[in-house]
Amino acid sequence: MSKPFGVLLASHVEELAFGVYKLLKESATNTPLTYAGGTDEGNIGSSFDKIMQAVEENEADHIYAFYDLGSAKMTLEMVSEMCDKSIEIVDCAFIEGAFTASVLINGGNEKEAIDKQLTPLKIK
Amino acid sequence: MKLTGKQTRAWLLNFSAKIQEKKQDLNDLDQAIGDGDHGSNMARGVHAVEEAIKNENHTPASEILKKAAMAMVSKVGGASGPLYGTAFLEMAKVIDTEELPTVLAAGLDGVKKRSKADADEKTMADMWAPVVKALQEKKLTKDVINESVEATKELKATKGRASYLNEGSIGHLDPGSVSSSYLFFALLEEVDVNE
Ligand SMILES: Nc1ncnc2c1ncn2[C@@H]1O[C@H](COP(=O)(O)OP(=O)(O)OP(=O)(O)O)[C@@H](O)[C@H]1O
Ligand SMILES: [Mg+2]
Repeated sequence: MSKPFGVLLASHVEELAFGVYKLLKESATNTPLTYAGGTDEGNIGSSFDKIMQAVEENEADHIYAFYDLGSAKMTLEMVSEMCDKSIEIVDCAFIEGAFTASVLINGGNEKEAIDKQLTPLKIK
Repeated sequence: MKLTGKQTRAWLLNFSAKIQEKKQDLNDLDQAIGDGDHGSNMARGVHAVEEAIKNENHTPASEILKKAAMAMVSKVGGASGPLYGTAFLEMAKVIDTEELPTVLAAGLDGVKKRSKADADEKTMADMWAPVVKALQEKKLTKDVINESVEATKELKATKGRASYLNEGSIGHLDPGSVSSSYLFFALLEEVDVNE
């Protein structure tokens, strides 16, 4: 059964994406959580295919997507324009933003409450 | 003039050859104000472009550009992937029906849409803008292209990796503008743009 909200992590580094995933999973055990890190070859960068897969594997109806740097965001945008899932790219501090969203989703909060707590974490 | 599928394919293959030849130079430029991967990123991308279009001898220009766009988006791995990818996709929308200057103007809009860059932020958009203008005035030459690249040197980067260096980015060429210049040199070599 699908859930209303989930979190996606997109990082330039595979271990970084997985590390943040681990951190969030400890507290947000029931939040749909997927991640994509590094290029197809496992080098530093962004992978369209990996991000697309993380979107498809995320069981939420609406995905909050967090990123670390430049191309992770632009690649997220490309993916979001080319698939029909509802994806919200959030310009927040990567770890703190993703953590905040994950635990609020885990606690069954409404979108309004989630968005309100993310607002002060916006970095641009 | 309007570009045919054949010309579009030849243009992109020429671009690919130039990028592969200059791979190390582009990495070096990016090392100075970024992360040193622009040449490798672009080389991976254009290699995929070649694979995608090499047997497409009778395909409409729009299809060639769409294939090239997806190859760049999927294989580059850095910001230049979505930037070139979006430029090519926007160009694909108009290339079968519009004149060349309109096509490249659509490409520039694509770059701007993806980067959200304004003028003088030391990105590819700063290189594309004067080139597109010259093309619209039927005055595009190698000199115009070279000058557009050189003009990025004195700018301070406020977008992308180089922006983290703040003043430190001044005095260096923007790597994405240099790779873009190869796209336009390739175009000049393949078609009579001011026709
Ligand atoms: N946010 C941006 N807006 C506009 N252009 C950008 C942006 N980021 C990078 N560029 C362009 O891309 C070029 C660098 O491309 P490259 O392939 O090296 O990606 P990158 O910057 O290493 O990607 P990443 O975001 O993964 O660090 C720059 O020289 C610039 O022209
Ligand atoms: Mg780079």
